Amino acid sequence: MSATPATTPAPPPPAPPADAPPAQVEAPGYAPSWSVGDKIGVGLAWFAGLLLCVIAGSIVIYMLVRGIQYVSFDLLTKHPQPSLDQSKSGGFLDPIIGTFVLTILGTLIAAPLGVAIAVWLSEYGKPAWLARAVESGIEIVAGIPSIVLAIFGLLVFSNAAFGFLSFTAEGGAVFGRSFFTAGAMMGLLALPLVVGATREALQAIPIHVREASYALGKDRASTIRRVLLPAARPGIATGTSLGMGRIAGDTAIVVILLGASLQLQEENSFPILGDLKGTGSTLTSYVYNNSPAGEGNAPEKAYAAAFVLLAIVILLNFAVDLISRRRKVSWQS
Amino acid sequence: MAELTPPPVRRIALDADPTVIPPEEAINGNGHASAVRRPEAPRPGTVLERMRVEELSVAYGSKLAVNRVSIEVNRGEVLALIGPSGCGKTTLLRSLNRLVDGTASAARSGRILLDGNDIDFIDVTQLRRQVGMVFQQPNPFPMSIFDNIAYGLRERGSRKPSKRALEPAVHSALHRAGLLEEVKDDLQHPALRLSGGQQQRLCIARSLAVQPEVLLLDEPCSALDPISTGIIEELIAKLRTEIAIVIVTHNLQQAQRVADRVAFMYLGDLVEYGAAEQVFEAPQAMRTRDYVTGAFG
Ligand SMILES: Nc1ncnc2c1ncn2[C@@H]1O[C@H](COP(=O)(O)OP(=O)(O)O)[C@@H](O)[C@H]1O
Ligand SMILES: [Mg+2]
Repeated sequence: MSATPATTPAPPPPAPPADAPPAQVEAPGYAPSWSVGDKIGVGLAWFAGLLLCVIAGSIVIYMLVRGIQYVSFDLLTKHPQPSLDQSKSGGFLDPIIGTFVLTILGTLIAAPLGVAIAVWLSEYGKPAWLARAVESGIEIVAGIPSIVLAIFGLLVFSNAAFGFLSFTAEGGAVFGRSFFTAGAMMGLLALPLVVGATREALQAIPIHVREASYALGKDRASTIRRVLLPAARPGIATGTSLGMGRIAGDTAIVVILLGASLQLQEENSFPILGDLKGTGSTLTSYVYNNSPAGEGNAPEKAYAAAFVLLAIVILLNFAVDLISRRRKVSWQS
Repeated sequence: MAELTPPPVRRIALDADPTVIPPEEAINGNGHASAVRRPEAPRPGTVLERMRVEELSVAYGSKLAVNRVSIEVNRGEVLALIGPSGCGKTTLLRSLNRLVDGTASAARSGRILLDGNDIDFIDVTQLRRQVGMVFQQPNPFPMSIFDNIAYGLRERGSRKPSKRALEPAVHSALHRAGLLEEVKDDLQHPALRLSGGQQQRLCIARSLAVQPEVLLLDEPCSALDPISTGIIEELIAKLRTEIAIVIVTHNLQQAQRVADRVAFMYLGDLVEYGAAEQVFEAPQAMRTRDYVTGAFG
C-alpha cells in the first residue's frame, strides 16, 4: 500500500585500497571480493528498488499534474448529469459522497466483526480445529477477488429474504443493489485486514501482562476489555485504515452491487435509510465510466476524479503510518 | 497505612515465633558476618502465620516441577525462595495464588491454606485480592499511572467508583510503594513512560492497592539496574511489617539482604528451609552448602 520502495541491500564495499589490507580483517562480514553473479544480483536489486521508486513517483506526479489541471471547485460540488455534452455533464459530488458513505458502511461492519474474530482467535481459540477453520476462512476471504465477492453478493441479496435492503420491483423481484448490499460486501473485503492487524497487536502483548490482570482477581472478559483492547488500539486503527483504503479503491463491488447510477437514487424519501437502500456511484466507478473504456468518455473528468481518489487513499496511508509510528506502547522484554 | 511502621532501627527478634528457627545470636551479635546486612527485624510478636503449604506437588504433564513441598508464609517476615533455574520456584509461587491453574498441563496436589482456609475453596478473585503478585518483567498496563492503580479497585461493587472516590486509595498505594513523590504531578501520564524501576514499583503499588495480606514477588529485580534494585529491596524490608512477603530470587546476595527465612529448592524438592542465617551460615544439606558457596547454580 505504501509508496516507499523496497529496502535495497547495502552496495558492495568499495575495493579496499592496496595499502589498507587490515580493513578486510576488521570486517569479516564482507566477502573479500564479490563474484560476478553476486554483483549482478545486487545490481538487479538496486535497479528493482529504484524502478519502483520511479513508478510510484510517476503515478503520483502524473495524477497530480493531470488532476490539478482538470479539477475544479465546480467538479467537486456539482451533481453529475446524464449528458453527452461535457460542459453539461456536471461534477462528481455524488461519487465523492458515495465513496465516503460506502467506506463508512463497510468499516462499520468490518471493524467490530474483525476485532471480535481477532479477540476470539487470539484469546480463546478453542477448540483448536474451529480456530483453524476460522483462520482458513479469513485467509480464503482475503484471497477472493472482489468481483467474485460482488457476484456472490448479488446472488445472495437478490433473494426475497433480503428485500428490505434494496429496491423491490412491482413483480416482487428484488434488485439486490444498494449501499447496504455493497457495504456488506465491502465489509467482507476489509474484514481480513482488520482481523490480521488486531490479532498481531494482541499477540504482541506479553503473556505476563494478562497474568498481571488475573493476579489482581480480574477475569478474562475484563482483562480483554480493560487491558488488551486498549493495548491493541493502534493495531486496530491500522487494520481499519487499511480496510478503508481497500474499500475506497474497489471498483467491482461498486459496479455490480451499488448499481453505479450516476446520481444517488434514494429508494424512498425516508431521510438516510432511503438513500442507503438506494443506489449510487463512487469515485472508482465514476473514473471507470468516464474513462475512454466507459460510456461517458470524458477523460478529463476521469483524471480529476482519479486524482481526488488517489488523494483520499494516500491520506489514509498517511494515517496508517502515523498510527503505527505512534504505537510506542511496549513492554521491556 | 493505619499501622505505624517501626522506625528503621536494627533490632533482633527477642522472642521469635516458635515456627521461626531463631537466628544464631553469635553471628548477628558480634557482627563478624558483616557481609550479611540483615534488615531490621520486625517488631517482636508481629510474626503471624498467613499461608501454609502442605505437601504441595505440581506437575506439568509428566514432568514434576514441585515435589511435596511444605512451607509457611508469615506476616512480619520475608521468605525467599532460592535455587538454580528450573527448580520450581516460580511454579511454587504461582501455586499460592492459583495462577498455575491457568496452565492447562499443570496438575496440583497437596493443600494450601490461607488463614486456615483451603485456597481451592476460596473464590479465586477473593484469593488473588488477598495474595498479590509482582512479576519478573515490569508490566504496567497501557493506561495512565492513576488508572493502573485504580484498575484493581474498580468493578468491585456494582457501581463504578469515581476518580475522586479512588484518589485517596491510589495515593496511599503509591505512597506505600515509595513512588508517590516521584509521580504525584504526573498521575495522568502513561505508565509505560516510567523508567523500569519506577514501573516495577508501580506494579508493587498496583498490588498493594487492593490491600493484600500476602505479596508474591517473582525475581522482581532481575530486569532492573542496581540502584532500582536497592530501592525495591528497601521497600520490601519496610513492607514486611505489614504483610507477608515471598520473594523468588536467583541472586543469593539479594536473598541474604532481604530474607528472614529462606527455602532452598533443587529439582522440585525443598532441600533446606529455615532462618536466613542458618541457611547461609550453617546449611544442613550438602547441596545447600554447595549452592550458597557458589559451587553450582
Ligand atoms: N508452562 C510450563 N509447561 C511445562 N513445563 C513447565 C512450565 N513452566 C515451567 N515448567 C517446567 O517446570 C520446571 C520448573 O520451572 P519454574 O517453576 O519456572 O522454575 P524456576 O522458577 O525455579 O526457574 C522447569 O523444569 C520448567 O521447564
Ligand atoms: Mg522462575
